[in-house]
Amino acid sequence: MRRILFLARAEVLHVVRDRATLAQVLIVPVLQLLVLSNAATFLVTNTPTYVVDFDRTSVSRGLVTRFRASGHFLVDEQSASPELANEALLRGDATMVLTIPHDFEATLVRTGSAPIQLTVNAEKGSAAGIVQSYATSIAAAYASELESSVRGARLGGSEAPPVRGIAKIDLRVRSWYNPALNYKYYMVPGILVALVTLIGTLLTAQNIAREKELGTLEQLNVTPMTRGQFIAAKLLPFWALGMLNLAIGLLVGALVFGVPMRGSLLLLFGAAAVYLVAALAIGLWISSVVDTQQQAMFVTFFVMNVYLLMSGLFTPIDSMAPWVRTVSQLNPVRHFVTISRAILMKGAGPADIAQPFLILTIFGAVTLALAIRQYSKRVA
Amino acid sequence: MSALLGLLRKEVYHILRDRRTLVVIVALPVLQVIIFGYAIRTDVDHVRLAIVDPAPDTVTLGIRARFAAAGVFEDVALVPRIEQLEDLFRRGAAQGAVVFEAGFAERLARGLPAGLLIVADATEPNTGSIVASYATAVVQGYQQEAPPSKGAIHIVPSVRMRFNPTRESSNLFVPGLMAFVLTIISSLMTAISLTREKETGTLEALLVSPLRPWQIIVGKVAPYLVVGFASVVGVILEARLVFHVPLRGSLVLLLAEGIVFILVSLSLGILISARTSSQRVAMMGALIGTMLPTMLLSGFIFPLESMPWPLRAISVIVPARWFVLVARSIMLKGVGLSYLWQPTLVLLVMALVLLTASTRAFHERLDQ
Repeated sequence: MRRILFLARAEVLHVVRDRATLAQVLIVPVLQLLVLSNAATFLVTNTPTYVVDFDRTSVSRGLVTRFRASGHFLVDEQSASPELANEALLRGDATMVLTIPHDFEATLVRTGSAPIQLTVNAEKGSAAGIVQSYATSIAAAYASELESSVRGARLGGSEAPPVRGIAKIDLRVRSWYNPALNYKYYMVPGILVALVTLIGTLLTAQNIAREKELGTLEQLNVTPMTRGQFIAAKLLPFWALGMLNLAIGLLVGALVFGVPMRGSLLLLFGAAAVYLVAALAIGLWISSVVDTQQQAMFVTFFVMNVYLLMSGLFTPIDSMAPWVRTVSQLNPVRHFVTISRAILMKGAGPADIAQPFLILTIFGAVTLALAIRQYSKRVA
Repeated sequence: MSALLGLLRKEVYHILRDRRTLVVIVALPVLQVIIFGYAIRTDVDHVRLAIVDPAPDTVTLGIRARFAAAGVFEDVALVPRIEQLEDLFRRGAAQGAVVFEAGFAERLARGLPAGLLIVADATEPNTGSIVASYATAVVQGYQQEAPPSKGAIHIVPSVRMRFNPTRESSNLFVPGLMAFVLTIISSLMTAISLTREKETGTLEALLVSPLRPWQIIVGKVAPYLVVGFASVVGVILEARLVFHVPLRGSLVLLLAEGIVFILVSLSLGILISARTSSQRVAMMGALIGTMLPTMLLSGFIFPLESMPWPLRAISVIVPARWFVLVARSIMLKGVGLSYLWQPTLVLLVMALVLLTASTRAFHERLDQ
């Protein structure tokens, strides 16, 4: 135990004395959190919209006003020329064209049903779907608004009483866990995971490789230290650093972004403790496989790239191709992202996260064993 | 000229002999396309739906049948009480739920409004709103089948999805992916290759050779230009063959724009290497200075319109932003130079400025 502490102390001193590394370790995560959570958003707002209004009546203008007032659409340009609208789409100045046909109001009054056309630039796949659903719901809301005002006028009152004899389903929609649809609430718990992973894994991956380059690994190899002790001593400081990073990240998340913390933080830190062993052991394993720091960085970058992209951090796991979903079960980042979001946003308890937690535990044990075994080859 | 050829040959040997790096250069684009094509998707499909139906009757069964027939929903649970939903949602077993009021058909028959609640897991806001809008559409579809009531007003939107009618995610990512791969190969590799010469001291040897400074730069950069070009062609081919991404515009124009973008990235790589002295620092510089902006601020994955203005302002100076715009427009919209002269001009100016700056930075080092 004393041996482990000695080597661990040496590691801590290395980190603390190297100003560049220390800054990297403490400041970069905060910056990452601030920039990433603002940049990494699939939120769809301010969709530039071109309106082609052939009708020019109070009803058609009302519809345009509803689009404007919704906050989802920016009505920049307006004309009665479909050619100009097409130009705007091609140039990329407009993402959606709303076309209101001639006789829109008249048809609506006469038959109670009138069409409008929405042309969406679907280059950005899912965003187009969101734009469509916003637009459709604005149109539906406006229709029912018109309906009740017409009814109100007929009855001479302002409030429309329930119509007798017409069966009506009272449809309500509720968005759980994130009713304001705030994208940052979703991203921050995920980015927290990315930042404890990246820094820790990069540093551990470089660690043994550097000792190899400097030749100090030979010195350590002739000490009475066992392989397990060696790996433990290398792991411990970075593990503590990861936990510290998580704490800083949570603090920033709470203070700057007001991210909800519905579940137990103790549970989150407990899961992080297990997860970090897995993530850092991967770094140590890489470190003992490669020969130079540069290779260590290349390989780590490559592995992390794949891990992060397939973790559901940026895009939902559910949207991935079935085989990718299966493969991603082998990705520890995925499980911790799931746990982090479940605890912080949904207030999940131990029973809810039991499965991913179990997988993480197995993962940690296996990678730790691998790292120790890989290192032992060098000792021999 | 023969001296330049000699340097070129040396550089090619460097690339071919460093097996690990060669593997990264070759495997990275291929792997990235596959990852992005299959994993980075935002399509919402196979929604796990829970149903709360305390007292099933003909109407609730009818609506449930419509949900089953809609194709996007998969029933995962049928529970009698709404309280039981919480557990399903927390475990992630359900993404959405339909909650019927007890005595649904009976209330409707008596002319009373019958309550139907749609719950969506909005942890991920977009998925949440898409799930909610799918479910709403199903219920509205059921309602519209009922005989039209007097005074009801409908605005019927007909929607046309242009340029990517099936809203395939891969169509969106492939053009951006080219920018990403080019940045890695051009900026990162040049930065490292030049700093390595510095670290090992072989740059001095080159400097005392009869080679002129511009020849050194050309010699170092040309092989990477070729590698970059080859990987663009590779990515386009893979995108077409594996993901059937369309190429509606001119291939020649796309490749020409690609070359301009490669020049920009290469100059950035030279600039970084001129300012740094070790491979490690060069690598970090290339990562932070070129890769991250390319990934985050180019509109490649995340739409720029949604970002706060400081980030949008920064994105203007990110070369990849303009290349992604150009590549996407050529591939998906099939437009030509008359629509793209603006971003093309920006890229050309960037290439010119950066090339000049990097040659000068390199000169300064020579003068020392």
